[in-house]
Amino acid sequence: MLDIQNAVKVFEKGTPIEHTALNHVSLHMAPGEFLTIIGSNGAGKSTLFNAICGSFLLNEGRIALDGQDITFLKEHKRALHIGRVFQDPMKGTAPHMTIEENLSLAYSRATAKPLSFAPSRKQAALFRDKIAEFGMNLEDRMKTKVGMLSGGQRQAVTLLMCTIVPPKLLLLDEHTAALDPATADKVMEITKRTVEQHHLTTLMITHNMASALAIGSRTIMMDAGQILFDFSGEERARTTVDDLLRLYSDSRHKVLDNDRMLLQKNG
Amino acid sequence: MKLLIGSLQLGLLYGVLALGIYISFRILSIPDLTTEGSFAFGLSVSAAITAAGHPVLAILAAMAAGALAGSVTGLLQTRFRIHPILSGIITMSGLYSINLAVLSGSPNLSLVRAATLFKLIPFLSKNDAMTVIPIVMALLFLVLIILFFHTHIGMCIRAVGDNEDMVRASSINVNACKVLSFSVSNALVALSGALIAQYQGYADVSSSTGILVVGLASVIIGEAVFGRRSVTLGFISAVVGSLVYRYIIALATRYSPLPAYMLKLVSAVIVALALAIPALRQNMKEARQKQGGKAHA
Repeated sequence: MLDIQNAVKVFEKGTPIEHTALNHVSLHMAPGEFLTIIGSNGAGKSTLFNAICGSFLLNEGRIALDGQDITFLKEHKRALHIGRVFQDPMKGTAPHMTIEENLSLAYSRATAKPLSFAPSRKQAALFRDKIAEFGMNLEDRMKTKVGMLSGGQRQAVTLLMCTIVPPKLLLLDEHTAALDPATADKVMEITKRTVEQHHLTTLMITHNMASALAIGSRTIMMDAGQILFDFSGEERARTTVDDLLRLYSDSRHKVLDNDRMLLQKNG
Repeated sequence: MKLLIGSLQLGLLYGVLALGIYISFRILSIPDLTTEGSFAFGLSVSAAITAAGHPVLAILAAMAAGALAGSVTGLLQTRFRIHPILSGIITMSGLYSINLAVLSGSPNLSLVRAATLFKLIPFLSKNDAMTVIPIVMALLFLVLIILFFHTHIGMCIRAVGDNEDMVRASSINVNACKVLSFSVSNALVALSGALIAQYQGYADVSSSTGILVVGLASVIIGEAVFGRRSVTLGFISAVVGSLVYRYIIALATRYSPLPAYMLKLVSAVIVALALAIPALRQNMKEARQKQGGKAHA
């Protein structure tokens, strides 16, 4: 489904602060695969997402999605097939618009009639049913402005916006990191359910090593713009959080410097 | 009585301007200086074509001219990534020359002898038409613009002003939305200028100086009356704000010792005060907290 070949991204090229954020990264994902990504601060996790979404163009390499080369496709055109949920709950929704209007905007990916009234009654009913499935009591607040919702509720709305028209690729960028533990669990549970329901090809960045190994079907660890390890199947099932930490320090001769990640080590 | 009616007429005609400014200032959150030029652009295009004998065509042409000016600003901002305020200033400056060119190099044009829209309505005297036309035009465009902002494309524009990243993530062309909304906004501003030219019976290119602050004052006064709740209410409040503004001006010129040329200063002060209120409140709150802290210490 997703095929990244030899991706290179250098920021501030030719200046003293030149920095290679992606260093010949290649990644192939089968349809329906759920991949989790861990790595220290500045490992290139978010840069990888930005490259896939088209926030910038690569210096080298190619990206293909479902057989289509998207290396030079404009950001908003790629977004047609890519859903992305950010860590910051403010980023994915328009705060001064209602839940219904936000969903309607996302839904327009499927049905774009510029001069029809939005949302139509039929759409409104569909949105209500979909959000009721989340069990977050949002179905009776469809006309509430999203800015009035809690972080967890906003992430739930964003997740629905990203998946209401099932995308070819779902990118989750530490989307539960800013939430309190109970809400984070709830949003993660909704995420798992949604991904299974639509068999979405998914990439999830997380700082929680335990859940990186527990959720999904494959885990990669990134460092300094490269993929260090790639676990799946049997090998992944056997791997523990301590294994990950040891593998990292053995191969890099340094200790993992993601403070949040270390705090989660035993969690 | 004359004061009441006159302010009603002007309030409604400038209400169309306030609709345009509401789009840029409140929906896109960008004060658009193109307004200063596009109002005069509408005014001069309307006057020139009316003088040539086509008052209805004049209105349509003026709107097209405004839309064109707006899309220039929009393109400067999006495609060429020039700072929003600066884009507006560039277009506005260019329009100074264009407006004079439209009026064949003279800064004003009299329409006393020309057949304006206000003289053409069957069964209505010019005096009645001067009340009826503003009411019809303001209501018509109020309804049209409210409907437009409830369509899919209108909703996209609202979202662009609210959270650009989210709109891009929904696979919508943000730049196209911005250009379109500046066109619509300036088409309305130019329409207001076009109507004013025919209403007054003369066009003066300098009359658009400071027009942005007049529009902002209308929007802000409207919000003081209605609050900020929905777009529908926002547009209604912009027109009502324009009416209230005209009555304030009428009373001020009539009963205050201020000469008429002080009006723009009064408007500027109103806008500055209204925009400063949240910060002033915050300061007062903090000052009170400090006082409280001292009392407990």
